[in-house]
Amino acid sequence: MKCAELLATLNEYVDGTVDPAICEVFEKHMAGCNPCQVVVDNIRKTITLYRDGRPYQLPVECRQRLHSALRERWKETHLTGGPAPA
Amino acid sequence: MTNETTIAVTSDVELVGRAKKGNLDAFEALANRYEQRVYSLALRMLRQEQDAEDVTQQTFLSAMENLKGFRGEASFSTWVLRIASHAALKVIRKRKGLDTVSLEEATEEEDSYGSIPHPEYIADWRQSPEELVRKNEIQRLLEDALAKLDEKHRLVFLLRDVEGLSVKEAAEALGLSEGNTKVRLLRARLQLREELTRTLGDPERRVVRTHRDH
Ligand SMILES: [Zn+2]
Repeated sequence: MKCAELLATLNEYVDGTVDPAICEVFEKHMAGCNPCQVVVDNIRKTITLYRDGRPYQLPVECRQRLHSALRERWKETHLTGGPAPA
Repeated sequence: MTNETTIAVTSDVELVGRAKKGNLDAFEALANRYEQRVYSLALRMLRQEQDAEDVTQQTFLSAMENLKGFRGEASFSTWVLRIASHAALKVIRKRKGLDTVSLEEATEEEDSYGSIPHPEYIADWRQSPEELVRKNEIQRLLEDALAKLDEKHRLVFLLRDVEGLSVKEAAEALGLSEGNTKVRLLRARLQLREELTRTLGDPERRVVRTHRDH
């Protein structure tokens, strides 16, 4: 496997969906190729950062509008359904 | 009476159960739990605050309406984020004047692995993602890097890597082939890696390829 070929299976490797035979070749390449090893590590960390970050705060007024819209809709749809069980 | 301290430690499954029985507090507690995530996803997809707010509202209204049909095969968070991404994609299609499902550009050539740029700046990062995520400054960098991606790459990355859809599900949501979705995902991942490593990489541990084997 060459570095360029490694790129083409990078997604599957990072996602853990790579075919076991290819996985072995992939890891063998990485063991002898530091740049590819670092790239894979960088990509894993990149994904983690985006997944775990909470980048934006819902502004307070938006939040209030959201919750009053929810309450309003709830009233419309639950009034005819009789009292809710305790 | 539901008091706020118990609701804070109640599981999603339990809250969904209570909401289905007609408890509004339980539904609002679920909204409190996920509104930031939904809003962030919408804003990252749409890059426009008003649209992101509208999508957030539509998402929870739609979740409320469809709650009875929610069987809990997926977690509540997955379900609600899926509703949000579909709502956001609808806005994107509307902006483009598309009424079709597909976001494939008619003139676009099928992306291929051959045209993918190779990593250039390669270095170990100075800090772990856990350390970085706790810092507020990092968010600016992350969002700037994301904004630099083409929309078609950004959307695939958000659906697959941030929201956790499978490649197949992301392809369906975007109206793309799985092959094309995978190539776009790879481009997005590589481009973000490149951008982030230029800032987060340790220059002293920069790795230079000694051989060009491609
Ligand atoms: Zn290599």
